[in-house]
Amino acid sequence: MSDQEKVDKTRRNLVVATSVVGGAATVGVALPFAASMLPSEKAKAAGAPVEVDLTRIAAGELAVIEWRGKPVWVIHRTKEMLESLKAATPRLVDPESKSSKQPDYAKNDVRSENPEWMVMEGVCTHLGCSPQLRPAEAKAEMGADWVGGFYCPCHGSKFDLAGRVFRGAPAPTNLVVPPYTLSETKLVIGEDKEKKGA
Amino acid sequence: MGTMVSRLWGWIDARMPTLAEQFKIHASEYYAPKNFNFWYFFGSLALMVLVVQIVSGIFLTMNYKPDAALAFGSVEYIMRDVPAGWFIRYVHSTGASAFFIVVYLHMFRGLLYGSYKEPRELVWIFGVLIYLTLMGEAFFGYLLPWGQMSYWGAQVIVNLFGTVPFIGPDLALWIRGDYVVSDATLNRFFALHVIAFPLVLLGLVVAHLLALHDVGSNNPDGVEIKKHKGPDGRPLDGIAFHPYYTVKDLVGVVVFLVIFCAVLFFVPEMGGYFLEANNFIPADPLKTPEHIAPVWYFTPYYSILRAVPPLFASQFPGVVAMGVAVMILFFLPWLDRSPVKSIRYRGAYYKTALAVFIAVFFVLGYLGVKPTTVWGQFGFDAFFLDTKDRATWVARLCTILYFAFFFLMPWYTARDAVKPVPERVTV
Repeated sequence: MSDQEKVDKTRRNLVVATSVVGGAATVGVALPFAASMLPSEKAKAAGAPVEVDLTRIAAGELAVIEWRGKPVWVIHRTKEMLESLKAATPRLVDPESKSSKQPDYAKNDVRSENPEWMVMEGVCTHLGCSPQLRPAEAKAEMGADWVGGFYCPCHGSKFDLAGRVFRGAPAPTNLVVPPYTLSETKLVIGEDKEKKGA
Repeated sequence: MGTMVSRLWGWIDARMPTLAEQFKIHASEYYAPKNFNFWYFFGSLALMVLVVQIVSGIFLTMNYKPDAALAFGSVEYIMRDVPAGWFIRYVHSTGASAFFIVVYLHMFRGLLYGSYKEPRELVWIFGVLIYLTLMGEAFFGYLLPWGQMSYWGAQVIVNLFGTVPFIGPDLALWIRGDYVVSDATLNRFFALHVIAFPLVLLGLVVAHLLALHDVGSNNPDGVEIKKHKGPDGRPLDGIAFHPYYTVKDLVGVVVFLVIFCAVLFFVPEMGGYFLEANNFIPADPLKTPEHIAPVWYFTPYYSILRAVPPLFASQFPGVVAMGVAVMILFFLPWLDRSPVKSIRYRGAYYKTALAVFIAVFFVLGYLGVKPTTVWGQFGFDAFFLDTKDRATWVARLCTILYFAFFFLMPWYTARDAVKPVPERVTV
């Protein structure tokens, strides 16, 4: 071993070449195994738009609708609820939803096409738990300055009634607004007017 | 009868002398320091708990169904209808918490006596790898009952990977195998929990022990017993692991099992710390439980995750802080610049730092099981108060102290007023 000159260069190169080819083959064989862990065709096919009858949601109520396995909230906002958004504004991370995800028609200060109807994914932008409704009356639990909104039980993030995140908690952006189509009495989640099936 | 056995043994030994050789190397002629104390029970106990988990796990798989539609029901079936099923399941769930208690105490022993220092760096690194694998194993296992805590715990932890810049969302999708935690996720976590991770765990345990037996065990005095050998080549302060420590460790096993059985038979849920109440409700993807907290052994890291505010519109810094809080353990052998190993001969700096670190670990662990409003809110407003929850600020202070223990270690250990270390172990 100590005699470096005696190393047969041809043999050593062959050993290296064989190892490289073997390594490449190992990676090649690993690929189908890794690929098998990606979502299956069946999982990809699930996710059709969902229809919601709005006449069944009274003013001030929240309905939870399942869309692509996720909870989507439909809130019939009252005047007081809309007022609370203004009170919340100075304490928000992203009050104008600049770095948050929503369709263009929901990129406004109430984050919806029609202020009365708030539609958003009930999935915390921190790590995906579903926050819970805490009305303005829950001051004893949420603190004296609470104006009403949502509280995430996992890591304490707080959102107002437009899904905008309050400062001081780990969630970085506002709750996501999914594409939706709104008519007088009907809501379709998962489908845009502009872009069908977006 | 006696001759039959010895003849059979002779027959085997002639064909496979390795068996007797290995027994000598790792047991009857492995010389361990004679001054082991209480803290040295936890290595062998960890090994025993591993065996308990593997055995109880095998029997659980005989009745468990890794299917989102059937999993929750099959666990209830084990609890109610399978003869002694409740016993096997409680052994496994109590064993999971026991594993972490034993491993935490075993790691604390390392901190007390500098067991990670030269020449035992590799022993320590294999140990940290075991700890990481154990965390993964516990996490995968926790999804299997498909209760509310299983589901939402998995949701959060998989999303931790989703916060990695650029590749995060695809990585989380690949881990889940679906756009949400679903049947596909449950099925693969089952595979990882019952075969992949246990195999890795066993391999690492073997590596941990081989590395240990090459360099020899440390001891409460932190002196190297191999420096003083008798004419027969054996360390003067060493005694054979078998029979001396096998017998001593058996006493530890008995005491441990008394406590283990007390929990198992009288408080298997441990007031919601070993098995959480919400996990007796089937997984509901549309509703996160009112009060959610991870199982106790993850809560210090969970507190760190929760304490770090988002930066640059991303929650990734909090996730990085949590990851670094665990990964920093790998670097301990090189962060510690003290010339002595054992706490017995260290100065006030390290003793204080270790005491603060342990206190901080407990406070973070406590806060992790409570909501951030547990200690109320500050009564005043200030520009720097992004949250008024007192507990969040305490958690932030503790997070800083946690990292200070490690990052300032090169500084305070090098300047510590250490005491002279004896040549031989003291008993």
